[in-house]
Amino acid sequence: MTSLPRDPGPKKLGLVIDLDTCVGCHACAVSCKEWNTGGVAAPLTDLDPYGADPVGVWFNRVHAYEAGDGMGGRTVHFPRSCLHCDEPACVTVCPTGASYKREEDGIVLVDEDLCIGCKLCSWACPYGAREYDRDAGVMKKCTLCIDRIYNDNLPEPERVPACVAACPTSARHFGDLGDPDSPISRLVAERGGRDLMPELGYRPVNKYLPPRPTHGDTDATEGGAGPLPPEPESDDGGRFLRWLDATLSR
Amino acid sequence: MQPAYSVIFFTSASGMGYGLLILLGVLTPAEMSPTDRAFGLVSLGIALGAVTFGLVSSMWHLGHPERVLLAYTQWRSSWLSREGALATMTYVPAGLFAIGWVGFGEVAGFWGVCGLMAAALAGLTVYSTGMIYASLRPIAAWCNRWVVPVYLSLALFTGALWLNATRLLFGQPGADASLVVVVTLLLSVYLKWAYWRFLDGARADSTPETATGLGSIGKVRLLDPPRTQTTYVTQEMGYRVARRHAAKLRRYASVLLFALPFMLTLATAATSSWVAAGAAVAAALSGSVGVVIERWLFFAEAKHVVTLYHGAEAA
Repeated sequence: MTSLPRDPGPKKLGLVIDLDTCVGCHACAVSCKEWNTGGVAAPLTDLDPYGADPVGVWFNRVHAYEAGDGMGGRTVHFPRSCLHCDEPACVTVCPTGASYKREEDGIVLVDEDLCIGCKLCSWACPYGAREYDRDAGVMKKCTLCIDRIYNDNLPEPERVPACVAACPTSARHFGDLGDPDSPISRLVAERGGRDLMPELGYRPVNKYLPPRPTHGDTDATEGGAGPLPPEPESDDGGRFLRWLDATLSR
Repeated sequence: MQPAYSVIFFTSASGMGYGLLILLGVLTPAEMSPTDRAFGLVSLGIALGAVTFGLVSSMWHLGHPERVLLAYTQWRSSWLSREGALATMTYVPAGLFAIGWVGFGEVAGFWGVCGLMAAALAGLTVYSTGMIYASLRPIAAWCNRWVVPVYLSLALFTGALWLNATRLLFGQPGADASLVVVVTLLLSVYLKWAYWRFLDGARADSTPETATGLGSIGKVRLLDPPRTQTTYVTQEMGYRVARRHAAKLRRYASVLLFALPFMLTLATAATSSWVAAGAAVAAALSGSVGVVIERWLFFAEAKHVVTLYHGAEAA
């Protein structure tokens, strides 16, 4: 049923992506591709993979942006994947019932056996999260690694999406954003986590944590940690401990 | 947006067919249009033929056309599903209307009610087609109040052109037929002009800053795309070829869809039967080519907000 769940549960599983610590290494994107090309949505087809113009299905792609100018300017690495919206128009436009939002945890999925490949859902997604598999003739998208997070065959610490497990800087966090007391909800509250394109009203579940203000940056206090703590009075411990102190004080 | 040829042919052909069906279903029972059986066979044949050709062509772009029956199931939420269901339901009263008119030569009573019902369902089908586009919030060029009226009006207008052409070919002209053409033409000109004016003046709500949430730092520019080649999303949503020629294509569409059919329809009133029939057929053909260009532009001029992630400055 492509109508949204009438009585959605309180649980909203999703990701929180820290744009301050993402270094743009693409490990999440590669790990996502590796896991999911053998997972429920397998294969993530690549056409002409070794040729001049390869094109293939990826659920997670890492952009890099420049924001601002001069001393206040930043380079921001920006992973983009399905945001598992609360108002997913990709689901409601689906004519066949292939697209659906799970009542129990809010994950948005495609049942490939019901998909007719009309591509309308990809038009309805503002975030470019759905990619059509020309080879299979069906739409594919991020599953939030549903075959990992509930997988009893994996050791408990590995029951997180592949992108989260792969991130070397812990810039990706997984958890229940419907519970205001969950660690990731608190992280969002603390760091001023944001919705992407809130003006469209899709109410994404995934949040993005904005980069913290840089040292010389006095204007960009929004969502940041405020001014730096005062310098320690003595020089005990030297620069490393001062840096550690400053880092931990964030 | 990448113009999908099957969808362009579908909306152009079925729009014309449904427009013609609406006019026949309303005008014929009221005897404001020829009621003889041969005319019914040809005019309903054109209408239902165009509708069927359109519906079949809309399946060309599906990845799994063999599963198309599933598309009837989600009418509670999906305009595409509603369109499919209404399009199919239209065949029932339209078929009965055809049996009554062509088979028994009856257009009044029960058969007339079937005509009116076919007209109503055809109108709802075209409305649903418009709503498929008008409900897509990521595409400002589609998600606005002009789109559905333009779809309805152009369906009636292109249908009226073919009604007029068929009448003149049957040697049954009438001032009322040309009047329907001219009225629906003027309405379409106004709505399409208003749509283009809206499009040119539209202010983008979404920007690279809202798309990334980085606006508090300053202006956002793409430094490095997440790909070396194109992707499905950039091919489908990032189509830009026609946008460069938009002004020229709008002129072509306006001439073929509006100016030529207008002059040719006026000419039908002033000339003798065979010349008039030729002019009306030419008007219908010109309008049909024009509406295909108009539909192509409808896609090509539409910008999708996902392009903001790939370097577009506004969408």
